[in-house]
Amino acid sequence: MNFFQIISEIEKVDPEVYDRLDSRRSVFKHMSGLGQKLTAAAIPLAVSAIFNKAYGQTPAGLAANDVLNFALKLEYLEMFFYQQRTAVTGLSSTTSAALALIGTDETNHVSFLRTVLGSAAITAPTLATFDFTAKGTFNPTDPTTYLALAQALEDTGVRAYKGAAPLTNVMANKTILTAALNIHSVEARHASHIRAIRRAAANGSATSVMQGVPVAPYSTAPKSWVSGTDSATAVTARASAANVYGAGLDSGAATYGATGANGSTAGVTFLSEANTTQGGVALSGTTLTAAASFPAAAFSEAFDEGLDVGTVASIANNFSVSGTYFN
Amino acid sequence: MSENLSSGSQPTVADLDRPLYTPIKRRSFFMYAGATAGATALVLAGCGKDDNNTPGMVNVGSGDVGVLNYAYALEQLEADFYTQVRTGSYYMGLASGSAEKLILDDLYYHEVIHRDFLRAALVNASATPIKALSTVYPANTFSSRASVLGTAKAFEDLGVAAYNGAGQYITTAQYLFIAGKIVSVEARHAAIIRDLLTENSFVGNDIITLTSAGTSSLATNNAPANTSLERSMTPTEVVAIANTFLQDGSKLDVSSIR
Repeated sequence: MNFFQIISEIEKVDPEVYDRLDSRRSVFKHMSGLGQKLTAAAIPLAVSAIFNKAYGQTPAGLAANDVLNFALKLEYLEMFFYQQRTAVTGLSSTTSAALALIGTDETNHVSFLRTVLGSAAITAPTLATFDFTAKGTFNPTDPTTYLALAQALEDTGVRAYKGAAPLTNVMANKTILTAALNIHSVEARHASHIRAIRRAAANGSATSVMQGVPVAPYSTAPKSWVSGTDSATAVTARASAANVYGAGLDSGAATYGATGANGSTAGVTFLSEANTTQGGVALSGTTLTAAASFPAAAFSEAFDEGLDVGTVASIANNFSVSGTYFN
Repeated sequence: MSENLSSGSQPTVADLDRPLYTPIKRRSFFMYAGATAGATALVLAGCGKDDNNTPGMVNVGSGDVGVLNYAYALEQLEADFYTQVRTGSYYMGLASGSAEKLILDDLYYHEVIHRDFLRAALVNASATPIKALSTVYPANTFSSRASVLGTAKAFEDLGVAAYNGAGQYITTAQYLFIAGKIVSVEARHAAIIRDLLTENSFVGNDIITLTSAGTSSLATNNAPANTSLERSMTPTEVVAIANTFLQDGSKLDVSSIR
């Protein structure tokens, strides 16, 4: 799902999103600035140049404190987002309770990271730093929109922490690494639950919220795990777009940390969530004989993909008033 | 081939359900696991650093290979569990296309894929995968919703704690990244299983440091109260639980992971 798709979902359930590309482009002509930013984010080389300039160093060289402060910014984004849950109309009491639980976790993550960083922590942002309408693109008081945004934020957070863990200066510090992993899995729990709420809501039943059945292509009634890129069309059509489930920057070219155990220098890569090749092993019912009868989707679902700092920033900056808070 | 043996020393279904009402810390879970696990833990505690091959136990090895084999062992256990779930009376009584059946199917697919991927990764790394492990579950594990979901919850939460606690022992960035790709899926699994049992229990103080601090014997795994970090566990703490589901001759020795 990308943010263009969220708009389609708001208007009506539409599995054939790519047939509507033209109408979506016209939507963005009316939003000065935003369309340009999203389009720019879809050009990997341009964005890569921007972020290399901003960081002034290769991704592998990011200092641990820089990584933690980036994570802290994401946690602030989430913390303030969940504080806005009280403005959302029509939420059930159990959904409100779930959002409160998640909000407490994000607030706790903020305080934890500030404690770890100590005097190196960034100045705390305020609510005014963020804009959850993404410059008028979304109405976050609408429950369907709000929950779709929640899923996007949680899944992006999971990808962000996962991409950060193998950074040289994170791996070298066992305390920071383990803390990052221990936040990463909690964000995945959040993502799973938000997806379950959306799945149940799409099923239309107000009872037994956790009994929702997923409906392909999963953009509106998703599984609790990412299935392909949760859309009906081929990944390649969207692999170049900086969206929540697409490929990141330096796809196939990034090298993090030490040389791989098998002697290759190919290291950490940021692929689309539809990726089914792991550690050089192409996963399918042919290569894994015990999985010969498994649905094709299972091979991408079984693994989540990481995302580089630059692409995460480009996604998060959609909710930055300045457009550059996460740079 | 695993057999569903009945043994008085195994945790009962009621014990596994206990977290719903009186949250069990994982160390307490170990205490409920009975004499077998207790004896195993004592044997491990008695091992000197130069005794890495307790007779009858499966030593996962050391270094990155040790961690991969440790992960492979846990995925073997999960894959075996869900395989048996799908031939058990609870699963077979679920309506086709129902939410729980679809979820249990996906968990089965994912864990088998994890297991066989890790085996392939070990072979690709010119390392020797550990053998196929033989499992054991309490009687009637697969015949009721409470025991199927309760055991699934225990395994999924344990898997998350295990991967998170093992990351610090990995030296190759690519392997750490792969472990990260798996653990978030296990966390997604854990969340929905917990929600199926009790809605909104996807997080809770039993598995994250919500209202109390971490309690692992290794400080690195622990965070203070009010931080909402996952309670990760050392390999030794994990296998103290995992070994209660593994038969003699398949119990894991993780003493070389450090």
